[in-house]
Parts: sequence; C-alpha cells; structure tokens
Amino acid sequence: MDSLARVASIIEQQHARPGALLPILHEIQDALGCIPPDSVPLIAQGLNLSRAEVHGVISYYAHFRQTPPGRHVVRVCCAEACQSVGGEALAEHARARLAGSDVTLEPVYCLGLCAIGPALQIDETKLHARVTPEKFDALIEAMEAAR
Amino acid sequence: MKPTILVPGDAAALALGAEAVAAVVASEAAQRGMAIELVRNGSRGMFWLEPLVDVVVGGERIAYGPVTAADVPGLFDAGFISGGAHPLRLGPTQQIPYLARQQRVTMRRVGCVDPRSLDDYLANGGGAGLARARAMPAADIVRIVTDSGLRGRGGAAFPTGIKWRTVLDAPAARKYVVCNADEGDSGTFSDRMLLEGDPFGLLEGMAIAGLAVGAAQGYIYVRSEYPHAIAALEAALAQANEWLGSFRIEVRKGAGSYVCGEETAMLESIEGRRGIVRAKPPLPAICGLFGQPTVINNLITLASVPDILARGAGWYRDFGVGRSRGTLPFQLAGNIRYGGLVEVPFGLTLRQLLYDFGGGSRSGRPLRAVQVGGPLGAYLPASQFDTVLDYEAFAALGGVGAGLGHGGIVAFDDTVDMAKQARYAMKFCAIESCGKCTPCRIGSTRGVEVIDRIRGGQHEQIDLLRELCETMTHGSLCAMGSMTPIPVTSALNHFPEDFR
Ligand SMILES: Cc1cc2nc3c(=O)[nH]c(=O)nc-3n(C[C@H](O)[C@H](O)[C@H](O)COP(=O)(O)O)c2cc1C
Ligand code: SF4
Ligand code: FES
Repeated sequence: MDSLARVASIIEQQHARPGALLPILHEIQDALGCIPPDSVPLIAQGLNLSRAEVHGVISYYAHFRQTPPGRHVVRVCCAEACQSVGGEALAEHARARLAGSDVTLEPVYCLGLCAIGPALQIDETKLHARVTPEKFDALIEAMEAAR
Repeated sequence: MKPTILVPGDAAALALGAEAVAAVVASEAAQRGMAIELVRNGSRGMFWLEPLVDVVVGGERIAYGPVTAADVPGLFDAGFISGGAHPLRLGPTQQIPYLARQQRVTMRRVGCVDPRSLDDYLANGGGAGLARARAMPAADIVRIVTDSGLRGRGGAAFPTGIKWRTVLDAPAARKYVVCNADEGDSGTFSDRMLLEGDPFGLLEGMAIAGLAVGAAQGYIYVRSEYPHAIAALEAALAQANEWLGSFRIEVRKGAGSYVCGEETAMLESIEGRRGIVRAKPPLPAICGLFGQPTVINNLITLASVPDILARGAGWYRDFGVGRSRGTLPFQLAGNIRYGGLVEVPFGLTLRQLLYDFGGGSRSGRPLRAVQVGGPLGAYLPASQFDTVLDYEAFAALGGVGAGLGHGGIVAFDDTVDMAKQARYAMKFCAIESCGKCTPCRIGSTRGVEVIDRIRGGQHEQIDLLRELCETMTHGSLCAMGSMTPIPVTSALNHFPEDFR
C-alpha cells in the first residue's frame, strides 16, 4: 500500500470516533514515521476540518513531525531532575557526537526516570539511565554496529 | 506449583537493564531444566536496587538487587529461587528499611502483583471498592469521598468530593470521567509506576467515579513519553471490560505538550484540537468534554478512591495532618542517593525525606537547593528543609504561593547555578506556553533575555525581572504563566549570590 492509501485507510477506520484527530495523527506517524504534508488535505476532508486547522494541530504538538526523522531518534531528557545530575552536559555531548549523522536528536522534557538520570530514549521504547558521555558513545556505537 | 521469579517490567527497571535480566532468567531456567513462572511486576520504587528481582519463599518475597544479566547464572548457582545466600540478597522485600518505613496505601500493590492479571488484582484486595459503590446511591459515594478529605493530587489540591458533587448535580444525559495521566512535571513518576505496576487500581477508581457522578464513559490521557505505561494500560483494559460493567474507558495518547496537563487544555486535546487553555468559567464540572459535565482528576486521586470506598472515609482521613489528609506518594529525584517512590502520610518534613529516605546527594556534595512540585514549584534552600510536607505549609512558604504539586522533589547539590535554573524556568515556559496570554507567551521569552543580561553583569535588571514576574503572576490565565515566577523569585530570594 502506498503511503497515501494507508493514510486514507487510517482515516476511514478512525474518523467516526469523537475527537478522532489526535489518534489519527498518531497512527499515521507510527505507520509512516511522519505525517506527510500531502496527507493533510485527506485528513481535513475526512474529519470535515479546514487544512489550516489540521496543520495547526500538527504543528502545535512537539511529538508530531512532517518530515521523516533520521534512521534513529534519540531523545535526551533536558528537564530539571536530569539537569541536577549532568543532563545538560550530556545533551551537549550528544549534539556534538551526532552532528552530521543520520540520527535525529531531540530534547524531551522528562521521561519519568528522574531518580536515575540523566535519562534518554532511543526509537520511542528503548530507555537508558544514568547516561554519562562515555556510556552515550557506547550506546551509539552499539546502535550503529547493529545496523 | 512452579517457583515464581519476578523481574520488574517498570520503565525505570527497563532503563537499568531489566529486560536482559528477564531474558537470562528465562534461558538459565530452561537450560537447567527448571520450570519457573516469570512475572513482570511493577517496581517498588527503590531505584538504586533496580533491577530488583523477587522470589517467593514460603509465601514471602525475598529480594535480590541490583541484578545485572551477568549476575543471573550465579544467582541460580546460589539457589536464589529458594532464597539462597548471595551477595545481592537483600532479605524479605517488605523489610527493606526504605519500604518498611513507608505507609503504602495507593501504591501498595505496585511491585507486588502481576499488573497483567485481573485475577491477581482481585485476589489482592482489588474490586472491593467498586463492589461497595455498586450497592450505593451516587450521593453516598460522593459523600464518602468528601468525608475522606481526599484532595486532588495533580497540583491544585482541590477537594475531590466537592468536584464530584458539582458533576453529580449537573443535569445532563451524558457525562464523562477524565483521568489526567499527563504527568509532565520533572521529578515525578508515580502515575507512570501505577500504570505499569497496578493499572486495574486506576480503572476501578474511574468506574467508581462514573457511578458517583452518572458517567458511563471515561478517558485516560497519557503522555506520549510513556509508551510502556500505555502498553500496560491497554493490556489491562483488554481484560477489564466485563468487570467494568457498562463503564467504558478509552486511552488517549498525548503528543509532547506540557500544558496539555492543564485540565481544559487536555479537554481540547482529547476533542482533537491544539491544547489551548480554556477560560473558566464554565468549569469542566459543568461544561467539560464535548460540552458535557466532566470529572477530571489526576491518576493518583482516582487510584486512591477504591480503598476509600472499601475501607471507609474515616480510615483514609486518619492518615495525614491538618487539612492534608491521607498519603502522598512522594517522588525523590534528581541528585539524590536513594531516589525513588516514598508513600507516606502528609506531615513529614522535607529534611526527613531528603536525608532519612534519600540519604543526601548522589554526588556526595552538600544539598543546596530542592525544587518541590515540578517546574512551577519553588526552589527551597537548606534553611527551609524543615518545612512540613503538607499543602498548607507549602502554600505559606515565603509568600510565594508554592505548592506540593504532584509530589515531585528534585534535589540539587552545591554545584547548581540558581540563575541558570531561573533561566530554565522561563525558557520552559516559553517553550510550553499555549500562547493565549501575552504575559506568559512574551513575558517568558523576555524573562530569558533579562536573566541572560543579569548573568552577563547587568545587575540593575533584577528589578525588571521582578516586575516581569509580577506581570506574569497577575496577567496569566493558568498556572503555566502565573506560577513560572515561583521558581524564578524563589531562586532570586534565596540564592541572590548566584545572580551577582
Ligand atoms: C501547566 C499545567 C500543567 C498541569 N499538568 C498536570 C499533570 O501533568 N497532571 C495532573 O494531574 N494535573 C496537572 N495539572 C493540574 C490540572 O489542571 C488539574 O488541576 C488536575 O488534573 C485536577 O485533578 P486533581 O483535582 O485530581 O488534582 C496541570 C496544570 C497546569 C496549569
Ligand atoms: S498562562 Fe500561558 S499556558 Fe496558561 S493560558 Fe495563558 S498563555 Fe496559555
Ligand atoms: S527529569 Fe529527566 S526523566 Fe524526569
């Protein structure tokens, strides 16, 4: 199925539930990695909204993206509890280490791992705690080696 | 009966390697021809001991931790399945002092039960509250919750029974119960732990709320940063349909917006719009989700309700001090040696939590500042560590109107730069502001600039910063804008040397 056909089938399945827009956007992003701009008219039509409204919602929420991410997405926690144990230095290290790579680096504001920071999340579900710059490098190397 | 081994599936335990431990436990057992029952429980919330592996010996749990995958063969060699001696053996789990000194009420099943088993939940005291509620008129349920003294655990500490009364009294064909599991505050993880460790407790609380106010539909809004919690919740819901009767519950996933934890922004988000805060009135209790009367409560508030129904208002009210009744699952986070979940009745001092439970800083340096109640909470210097942990004592703190929030406590050692923390508070507000009010949207960005100038040596700008805080406090529609000044001014007041 091409991506617009998938979008259409997701809309078809979900459009009738109350407040369907966010669940639809999540499902599209989970399926395609992002919410492609050409899906916006389809969503708008399916939910009887204007394109501007749909676009407004997509751009409001940090989680949604309109362009595909890199091969991996690394989210480093930048919130207070992680700051207190070196989270900022970790984020800076990550930025330098991943510059020019095909890994997308994003800040996240708390992962609920605040007693074992600095914390990070790789590709939505893999979590790591007490991450030092050295441990970060090892994680990235392992990730690259696993390709 | 096969011996049971419990390896937490809690996200914090996973972050510390529990998945690998579980895998090696399974493969070692298979290799040794031993039939075992491997349960993925929640975490007890003693994170320096995670992954904490429990075995059951004579009906009692014996703990080993922190266990790495490499330790597992040695544990089998030591006969840990029957409680054998090993350097990682911690003894009976419940007798670990950190746990033994707590009074687990709302979180009492977390780590004990199999979160994927409704039967296990029902066998461990679950379901009794709902059964009682089903045999009662709605108004009686509301009265019991009111009499218990339960106040909202999401931040504003509003009396839960009064909120429910309003919804019960609002005439409408359809009403809703919304659970706020957005848990955006840094330093908090009790909602997550309950979802991952005892999800049926929340479902029961919501079903009771539904009976109390006349709602047949519930929504649970969980932040997208919590995929494991969402999975645990979905698994529980899939089993709970029949038990919940006619009450239906749907999970909604957030999308990375802190302000969607604010109740009206959350309603907007569930309805499929940008998470922009609504002006009040009307209250959500009168005109909430899809325009209907809506109970919206924090997850811990709702999960506290089943036991209140089962054991009575007086039982719950007997915990706590003053107007802060019951227990609060505090979360010890940041630069703290023994970080984790500490559920105790209101009334301990901050110092007791930080030192008697927390053991001081993780770095070994002196603790210098502690932020209580999330990113909108005050920074306390050591001179305020004797403050009692109850709603009133915190509201009175130095006139800044701080709160306990969701019970998150974030410790910083003496390397912290408080001007930088103040800057972060403004920056976070600028990032997360919903944009509706100018003082919040523009003021926070200006706040960052002003603090940058102060840090660059322009000390006369401190007056300007205070004025800006005043403007935000008084000109903002919700606590995002009106309380961001609290961390800023508390930093200014207690740590002026950092702004010089
Ligand atoms: C910016 C902002 C963020 C909030 N985030 C949360 C949150 O993550 N979880 C929560 O339960 N309440 C949060 N609240 C409080 C809710 O608006 C609301 O008071 C709460 O859900 C009511 O439930 P309770 O009475 O059980 O506490 C937030 C409020 C504001 C202003
Ligand atoms: S104070 Fe900020 S977050 Fe709250 S309504 Fe106003 S602009 Fe939105
Ligand atoms: S502050 Fe980093 S995980 Fe909570």
